[in-house]
Amino acid sequence: MATPNAHYGFAERWLPRLVLAPSFFLTLVFLYGFIAWNGYLSFTESRLLPNYEWAGLVQYQALFENERWWVAVRNLGIFAVLFIGGAMAIGITLAILLDQKVRGEGAIRTIYLYPMALSFVVTGTAWKWMLNPGLGLEKLMHDWGFTSFTFDWLVNSDMSIYTVVIAGLWQSSGFVMALFLAGLRGVDDSIIKAAQIDGASLPRIYWKIILPALRPVVFSTLMILSHIAIKSFDLVMALTGGGPGFSSDLPATFMYSMAFTRGQTGLGAASAMMMLATVAAIVVPYLYSELRKDQHG
Amino acid sequence: MRNLKWGIVAASMSVAFAAQAAEVEVLHYWTSGGEAKAAAELKKMMEGKGNKWKDFAVAGGGGENAMTALKTRVVSGNPPAAAQIKGPSIQEWGDEGVLASIDSVAKKEGWDKVLPPVVSNVMKYKGQYVAAPVNVHRVNWLWVNPELLKKANAKVPTTWDEFFVTAAALQKAGIQPLAYGGQPWQDSTVFESVALGVGGVDFYKKAFVQLDPATLSGPTMVKVLETYKKLKPFTDKNAAGREWNLATSMVINGKAAMQFMGDWAKGEFLAAGKVPGKDFLCVAAPGTANAFTFNIDSFAMFKLKNKDAEKGQQDLASTLMSPAFQEIFNLNKGSIPARTDAPMAKFDECGQKSATDFKASAGKGSLVPSWAHGMAMKSATQGAVYDAVTQFWNNDGMSAKDAAAKLTQAAKTK
Repeated sequence: MATPNAHYGFAERWLPRLVLAPSFFLTLVFLYGFIAWNGYLSFTESRLLPNYEWAGLVQYQALFENERWWVAVRNLGIFAVLFIGGAMAIGITLAILLDQKVRGEGAIRTIYLYPMALSFVVTGTAWKWMLNPGLGLEKLMHDWGFTSFTFDWLVNSDMSIYTVVIAGLWQSSGFVMALFLAGLRGVDDSIIKAAQIDGASLPRIYWKIILPALRPVVFSTLMILSHIAIKSFDLVMALTGGGPGFSSDLPATFMYSMAFTRGQTGLGAASAMMMLATVAAIVVPYLYSELRKDQHG
Repeated sequence: MRNLKWGIVAASMSVAFAAQAAEVEVLHYWTSGGEAKAAAELKKMMEGKGNKWKDFAVAGGGGENAMTALKTRVVSGNPPAAAQIKGPSIQEWGDEGVLASIDSVAKKEGWDKVLPPVVSNVMKYKGQYVAAPVNVHRVNWLWVNPELLKKANAKVPTTWDEFFVTAAALQKAGIQPLAYGGQPWQDSTVFESVALGVGGVDFYKKAFVQLDPATLSGPTMVKVLETYKKLKPFTDKNAAGREWNLATSMVINGKAAMQFMGDWAKGEFLAAGKVPGKDFLCVAAPGTANAFTFNIDSFAMFKLKNKDAEKGQQDLASTLMSPAFQEIFNLNKGSIPARTDAPMAKFDECGQKSATDFKASAGKGSLVPSWAHGMAMKSATQGAVYDAVTQFWNNDGMSAKDAAAKLTQAAKTK
């Protein structure tokens, strides 16, 4: 007869594995399995529907000769730099200002954080109305009598990508602020007091002591923002629909229109692999350095 | 938009599991006023034959969203009974081996006798009917609000020179000359009419049907592109991204005087209670009076696992081709029947003119497929050409010559 203890030991050993198995299995199939499938499709001549005949690198060749793809890549460059840089700068500034023990901090924090609660589709649609020359800001200024005022970035193919940046910043800056505010609160007060006794000015304390102490926060924020930037899709679709023309296309919208609305599944798969490679180029070194740190204990 | 799309995909997947026999699920993209009415007629007739109609409507004028939804369903092995597919796309789907033959119905009802060959060829895959045509749209129309033209003392243009005189007169009178929707398929719809008017039928066929590089990059094409771009000052700034039916409503409401659009626009006028010939005019786009760019809507049938559903499919094919349906459907949709023996008496002057021109141009060889509406090129090529046209329209720094080079490059997309 087995003792109750032996039963317990069995459950203790197997229960976690059993509970984790479904999610492990699902991740394996639906994430890594589909990545592999997509990778394979990118080496085929797939048109309307998937086709499994090996065709080598033709899709990648077609991709690199496609002007629209390069427009999308260039837009991603502009968007990523301005979006990540801008959101970090605005977020840190707001966090430092809020850190000065202002009255009503809770309310202000909520106001700034609130855009994060909206989906990008809502943000995009709202900004589409505000930036539309015939409906929003430009019309308002004209109605107020400033008839020479123009702000037509939304319908200007050279500037349309910047409207995506504006809406993205509005959405994400508050979130960055919240992350940094939490980080700032975590910095040991005694270090700051010591610096103050040594006669350091407040900007100097922030620049030399507090921000360096926030290195982990900076890294996680960068990670979050850069993957938002690379996979950005809904914001562009809602705000500009990729237009005018295809001037505000991003790789994600390019992939969607090739794979789903035109019969070019293979080309879409190739562009998706390029996006995956970009994300991997950012995430893998980060994970590597994090894991190595763990080993050193 | 996107949420809607996913919603539809999700909804269709959830119902799919509960699918029952003799239910006919039909994917279409007739969602705006006049079109939705036409779709409702089809539903009524199918239900009259004892079938259960399941509507699978996906919004978006050019049908791009509908094709996305369709692809999802076919890949998952659960296609709808029939889907609105047209032109060379029928062949593309045929190549994938997912279409079902309806040749038995077609033989029994003698479709070959009532359809012009230019139409029936498109409906067949390897000699067998796989799709049923419901209508013929003419794309090269110009819709005119005569009251505004009268106000500006301008006349209805028949050539491109006249068009620009009229447009300038309208603008001088403070009226917006052209209602325009800045979406890629609409850009190409207008561009196609310009090309036909400026370049003529032979040029059109060489450039867009045969995709001849010399024609695509030649001086006539440069002239076509220049003429097309000259339209831009006569449109408004907010045109970017506007849906076609909103542009049509600008003509209906007197906010703009003219619009280039296929005859599905007529449905919008009629739905607003306007009378053709009095409240609005339909004229051939400048310089294209003797030609006809056709866009044929058709339903392709998909192979289904459920054998009971095949009866529904055959009923559907037979209903779609019946003269009674073709008449009532096209009265609502603004197009003309695909079968040449359907009664035309109830049609208004736009419809009758269209039918006369259809038969006349078929005889003269000036009946040309509308490439902007998927009647001439494979979807990948068409998409690339869309990109070139839309880029030229939106980028004011691009010269017509560069654009012609881009077009030539785009036409090479396979």
